[in-house]
Amino acid sequence: MTGDDSKHLPLEDIHTAAGARFGAFAGWSMPLTYPAGVMKEHLHTREHAGLFDISHMKLFKVSGPQAVALLDRACPLDAGALEISQSKLSFFLNEAGGILDDLIVTRLGDTRFMVVANAGNAVADEKHLRELATTFDVTVEPLDRVFLAIQGPEAWAVLSRAGIETGSLLFMHGVEPRKDWFMSRSGYTGEDGFEIGLPEAAARDLVTKLLEDERVLWIGLAARDSLRLEAGLCLHGQDITPETDPAAAALMWAIPKDIRASGAFIGADALRAAVERGPPQKRVGLKPEGRQPVRAGAALFDADGNPAGHVTSGGFGPSAGHPVAMGYVAASLAKPGTRVFAEVRGTKIPVDISSLPFTPHRYRKG
Amino acid sequence: MAKTYFTSDHEWLRVESGIATVGITDYAQEQLGDLVFVELPETGKKLTKGDTAVVVESVKAASDVYAPVDGEITEANGTLSSDPSLVNSAATGAGWLWKMKLADESQLAGLMDEAAYKAHIA
Repeated sequence: MTGDDSKHLPLEDIHTAAGARFGAFAGWSMPLTYPAGVMKEHLHTREHAGLFDISHMKLFKVSGPQAVALLDRACPLDAGALEISQSKLSFFLNEAGGILDDLIVTRLGDTRFMVVANAGNAVADEKHLRELATTFDVTVEPLDRVFLAIQGPEAWAVLSRAGIETGSLLFMHGVEPRKDWFMSRSGYTGEDGFEIGLPEAAARDLVTKLLEDERVLWIGLAARDSLRLEAGLCLHGQDITPETDPAAAALMWAIPKDIRASGAFIGADALRAAVERGPPQKRVGLKPEGRQPVRAGAALFDADGNPAGHVTSGGFGPSAGHPVAMGYVAASLAKPGTRVFAEVRGTKIPVDISSLPFTPHRYRKG
Repeated sequence: MAKTYFTSDHEWLRVESGIATVGITDYAQEQLGDLVFVELPETGKKLTKGDTAVVVESVKAASDVYAPVDGEITEANGTLSSDPSLVNSAATGAGWLWKMKLADESQLAGLMDEAAYKAHIA
């Protein structure tokens, strides 16, 4: 149940009318499932188009003559090398190289960027950015927007029918199609799709139009989680935390090579040292044998019964058709195919290290 | 003549000749959502009221189903190993969880009938 102090989505009345079941997440009262249920919602997204209200996530506009310099300091990023409309996954790191949050940074103009942050970290992120911004000629502006995701192979088609053309936009690119709108071709499902931040009145209008299309279904947080887990995407607070660095999290691909070598971002020295040493544990995909799910928090053991790591996310993959999980194992056990064992209610369940994603990504890259 | 009882934990028991067939109610399966795994008990296992008898797992979470009365497991619904979704589609029928021999039939007196259960979830 959600407490009285949880925040409410601007479109909560629409979700209630749609029959949503709500639950608490990151301080918000969020739709967990709709009457279709998590299984149907998940599969519908992979086959057609799922509509998600992700207004709990926060959009920040970073602008000013030193916007590039600020972002290069805040993130292991070469912000100046981004083309206009290009988006990149990046991080805020602490001095130890640990991940404070993962973010999507999009270049809107020469000196203007959009930063999309996770709900649970939004307040800390804003404070962090503002403190850094005091030494740069730059403005950090949190935006008051409804944020919607439309995900799935028919996402572009249903947007087109609703009057929004997406044709030239490629995966990991974002634009401002209308005043106070931000639209990027990205998502958290592994499918082609879009995220659109827009004012509430416009959002109500867009939602009404989209739901007139039978290819569109509201999708709750439960299916959002199973979709992202199948896609091998991390949830901050579970799969990545301030105690894990991008090397251990197998996310070094998000950091440009020259930035790894010479970037002056916060946490650079610690991260370089961590890369040099090699992470003791690595994030991997985990495929449990049989049908029994292995959940976050389960301990992992090697074939001799020695502690080998732990599960950080786990559940059932409706598209994969089997349980799926992610976690950290000793680097020596991280090779796909290696068998480890997860302890679930006193029983050791065989689990194979698996490459990620479990369900192939279907992004529109060109 | 079989008689059906309900618990405040949203289980149903159909009792006939000292054997109770136990499952979760339609209300409970709706709350849990789509089930993907049911961990069944072994035949012969003795349970005391309140012990975990079965674990049902949805896409998102694992939930315990407790023994509503004392007794010994006489059968588990093996069909659920290959088709756990039966609990969703037929909670009070083919989706039953286990059968148990009652140790003390007087415990049934503390349970609800259907009318009382309907009032409980209303």
